[in-house]
Amino acid sequence: MRIVNTDEIERAVYRAARHAGVNLTTSCRAALESAYESEDDEAAKFALGTLIDNSNVAVEKCMPVCQDTGMAVVILEIGNEVFLEGKPVCEAVNSGVRAAYSDGYFRKSVCDPITRKNTADNTPAAIHTEIVSGDKITLTFMPKGFGSENMSALYMLKPAQGVEGIIDAIVETVKKAGSRPCPPVYVGVGIGGTFDGCAYLAKKALTREIGSRSQRDDIAQIEEEALKRINNLNIGCQGFHGKTTALGVSCEWAPTHIAGLPVAVNIQCHCVRCVKEVL
Amino acid sequence: MIELTLPLTKEQVKELKAGDSVLLSGVILTARDCAHKRIMEYIRAGRPLPFELKDAIIYYAGPCPAKPGMASGSCGPTTSARMDSFAPALLDLGLGGMIGKGEMCGEVAAALERNTAVYFAAIGGAGALYGNAIKTSECVAFDDLLSEAVYRLEVVKFPLVVAMDCHGGNIYR
Repeated sequence: MRIVNTDEIERAVYRAARHAGVNLTTSCRAALESAYESEDDEAAKFALGTLIDNSNVAVEKCMPVCQDTGMAVVILEIGNEVFLEGKPVCEAVNSGVRAAYSDGYFRKSVCDPITRKNTADNTPAAIHTEIVSGDKITLTFMPKGFGSENMSALYMLKPAQGVEGIIDAIVETVKKAGSRPCPPVYVGVGIGGTFDGCAYLAKKALTREIGSRSQRDDIAQIEEEALKRINNLNIGCQGFHGKTTALGVSCEWAPTHIAGLPVAVNIQCHCVRCVKEVL
Repeated sequence: MIELTLPLTKEQVKELKAGDSVLLSGVILTARDCAHKRIMEYIRAGRPLPFELKDAIIYYAGPCPAKPGMASGSCGPTTSARMDSFAPALLDLGLGGMIGKGEMCGEVAAALERNTAVYFAAIGGAGALYGNAIKTSECVAFDDLLSEAVYRLEVVKFPLVVAMDCHGGNIYR
């Protein structure tokens, strides 16, 4: 048994949020640079160059890389040998978010769904907890902007639609989104599970590094084929056409029911911001 | 690269073609979802708006708060399609153009033609770069809407692309 005070989680959330708001992930930055190098379309190249300049300005001036500093998505994988003491874990996470969004001069973007009244401190965070083996806690912090979240979709396919149906669903979602979600996008896909679980798998897929491949060969092939077809759509950076519509596709899977094939497609804009820390 | 200073004359607007890269300087206003809803309520009620709409350029954006010593926080564009239902009415009332990201609908294209107005695309996600190009920022209406309020911004060399011009040109097509 290892005792962890939730104050430690609060401090880690604070650190992660401050860093994530300003810095793209290393794999995102590399993917943007490689898209810039290979682009021939003039407007798309101008836009990609502007994005690279923007990420430099954000780091230099320590200001948010995008003004949509997102809803705070927090995934806590808590070892079953950990005993949490102190304030309730959700309270600790929200305290960390509140302080980071205030101190970092981040935008507060969370509101009541009906009255649209802003909560004014970017809480509550979207908190997911999983119990895993061991005595560590893995914290994943991902600020999620909504221009791209709005373009996400969930499909309850028929099992007979199979792999082709899955790839079609992914490509169609990106095609329908067009220029709106700030392409080049990063596409997180959930395959299987239940209605709710499938959407979570898609979100978790976005926490993987861009360019990483599923350990399952058949799923890795879906990732590669979907990416190829998306990049033939000619939507391009910002919808200005060109070679790169998506920086990557990542799929996570889970067993599902014999009668169903849920597929969730979660769109992430080119501002991929994600921090992981093991406590 | 075309350098433009606001306000734009109708002749200048006519020369802009979809796909042109532009560096825009001058005074613009921010407004996004909630501010547009409020603007339409004012118009329907026949109340005068707390800012001049004629020949104004509206930037679909909601900035981050400014750090001490800076005029603005990060301030990139938001998705313009959410303002599709508002833009034609505002263009018919004299709005000179908009800045946002992503394609706008056919009704907006028609209103741009009819009013010789222009829709610029800012580079979505480049919030730090745009925030840094804002020299002054002042809330001019609806301060209760926080980041969604209307801000008057003085900007220098905003990098933009002409997305939809007044001749029916559309970079997304």
